[in-house]
Amino acid sequence: MTTKLLTALLLGTSILGSAGLAHAEDVTLNIESWRGDDLAIWKDKLIPAFEAKNPGIKVVFAPSAPTEYDAALGAKLAAGSAGDLITCRPFDKSLELYKKGNLADLSALPGMENFSPVAKSAWQTDDGKASFCVPMASVIHGFIYNKDAFDKLGIKVPTTRDEFFAALDKIKADGTYIPMAMGTKDLWEAATMGYQNIGPNYWKGEDGRAALIKGTQKLTDKDWVAPYEELAKWKPYLGDGFEAQTYPDSQNLFTLGRAAIYPAGSWEIGLFNTQAQFKMGAFPPPVEKAGDTCYISDHTDIGMGLNAASKHADAAKTFLSWVASPDFATIYANALPGFFSLNSSPVKMADPLAQEFVSWRGKCKSTIRSTYQILSRGTPNLENETWVESANVINGTDTPEAAAKKLQTGLDSWYKPAK
Amino acid sequence: MAADIRPKRPFRWHIAIFLAPAVLVYTAIMILPLAGTLQLSLFRNIEQHQVFVGLDNFRTLFGDPNWSVNFWNALRNNVWFFIIHMLVQNPIGVMLAALLSSPRLRFAAFYRTAIFVPTILSFVIVGFAWKLILSPLWGVAPHMMDLVGLKSLFTPWLGKEEYALTALSLISVWQFVGIPMMLIYAALLSIPEEVIEAAECDGITGLSQFWKIKLPLILPSIGIISILTFVGNFNAFDLIYTAQGALAGPNYSTDILGTFLYRAFFGFQLQVGDPNMGAAIATMMFLIILGGVCVYLFLVQTRLRRYQF
Repeated sequence: MTTKLLTALLLGTSILGSAGLAHAEDVTLNIESWRGDDLAIWKDKLIPAFEAKNPGIKVVFAPSAPTEYDAALGAKLAAGSAGDLITCRPFDKSLELYKKGNLADLSALPGMENFSPVAKSAWQTDDGKASFCVPMASVIHGFIYNKDAFDKLGIKVPTTRDEFFAALDKIKADGTYIPMAMGTKDLWEAATMGYQNIGPNYWKGEDGRAALIKGTQKLTDKDWVAPYEELAKWKPYLGDGFEAQTYPDSQNLFTLGRAAIYPAGSWEIGLFNTQAQFKMGAFPPPVEKAGDTCYISDHTDIGMGLNAASKHADAAKTFLSWVASPDFATIYANALPGFFSLNSSPVKMADPLAQEFVSWRGKCKSTIRSTYQILSRGTPNLENETWVESANVINGTDTPEAAAKKLQTGLDSWYKPAK
Repeated sequence: MAADIRPKRPFRWHIAIFLAPAVLVYTAIMILPLAGTLQLSLFRNIEQHQVFVGLDNFRTLFGDPNWSVNFWNALRNNVWFFIIHMLVQNPIGVMLAALLSSPRLRFAAFYRTAIFVPTILSFVIVGFAWKLILSPLWGVAPHMMDLVGLKSLFTPWLGKEEYALTALSLISVWQFVGIPMMLIYAALLSIPEEVIEAAECDGITGLSQFWKIKLPLILPSIGIISILTFVGNFNAFDLIYTAQGALAGPNYSTDILGTFLYRAFFGFQLQVGDPNMGAAIATMMFLIILGGVCVYLFLVQTRLRRYQF
């Protein structure tokens, strides 16, 4: 008797439920993402802002764990159960999805004109003809410094390399602070915060990067070896036992006030603001002579694309146009200091450190990490080899020339630039 | 005529039925995946299709310097990893067992437990704890060495190419020394009293009793431990991965076959995984372990003398 009643009840609710669904005309869009950390920002700020302007479209942000994202997304796309909007990893992972026909072509989407070619490069076909994701955010490299330490030692913020090394010498001579907080144990610090941070000034940003892809420049050229020569000079300024210093060690050394300069990526801002008890400032990678054009690594990191199989493509495109708008950029950049909008229209940000970072876009030329586009498709993988060799150069196990030669030999073994 | 009539034996179904559970489970979770791996290593993904390429993956593995240098480096490191275990872990295990089985030792149960505890710890805990202990910034190792005036001997071991692998091997020894200790301890306990008493009557006591009476009796156990260590070491991966990451730094100096396989199969960072090359490496690992076990079974174990009491 009870089971019958229960069945009847369940049947009743299911009919009522579907009736409710059929009644509502709202379109619901699902967003696939690996940024579980941003759940609150999407739910409380971004989605309400969009829904207020676009009645009739409901948006659900449904993230999965970063390590599972690519596999889970692939499985869902294959099964046809993936969300309408897909958060895009930069470069090859998304390009592969586009080639398989999972991502729609968005070249003609209203709002795409708000982005510069560099910003779009992470989600374009190799020839640059089709764009398939709206760029959302990038991270900028530079150096964060302990302002109190600089004031105490009377150091001016360095703008040239000579000033930079003079400052390091002064901090080292004083002995209160470790001049620079960086370790080589996790390898990527040396490559990402080291080589890719200071490198663009030497290889002239996009010019050098494009020439490398075209094959007119090689990693053994002077412009590409010189950053390694500078990295090799960093060794004496790193803390004791930097060979076994991990990335969290470096973060802690700096936020505890034991180190004066931290080669950084802007994603640190949020964490550093909550942990450091002292005033912080930031400066872009120093140039050779005062007045030289400066170049910064403004690396595209996250974008959003349209599932080609989406049933609500028009609503999804409305949403993507909004993602491409300055409105979205302002909310996003302020909620996540350190993840900068790629939108060409300037975004007002409240965080002073984030403001400092983003102000470099005005005076310096932006580029992305040299190894990410096209050049890391083969074996040996250029990005991973760059990690190992950058650490080797700082550790002193390889000379800058030897490291560059190894990288170029590895690249030559599979990469044949189109002539 | 009678000789022609053989009594027809009924098929013995019960053998098949009793074997079935073990055979089925073992086939499903061991033999099929193994066969799958071997098969995968003979194919290659060309334009999104799996194409049979024979031994081409192995030719790449050994012929292409981009792969072979890494493979031989990983194998060399793995051999060194094994040598350290054989030279340090097993003698210490035997020694601890001998000490524990001494009837005059007090708190034997406590020591036994304390030494065995690390074995049941997770690799992640061991890797992380030792990374902290040996940290040049906040580790207790530099501090304690300072207390006894040996600070000058401290270096960031895990970050130096020449020491990192040895340091990790010793961490692994610390973790697993309990296993040889337990096995040898059990073997020592199973030596009958009469044999020991007879030895004592002949005036063999103390150390010489260990060398002349006990050690020969526990040799088969030591053989088993050696082969367990061999299989365990050539399958090792977890500790290196948790302590040094998938790139097994610095400069691939701690790269062993397990981490090399991981990078090839699953990919890492921007490197896309290549299941076929990964399977080729896994096949080589299988053959190396198979070879080692065969050498042990056919050359060593048959010559070990067993004593029946």
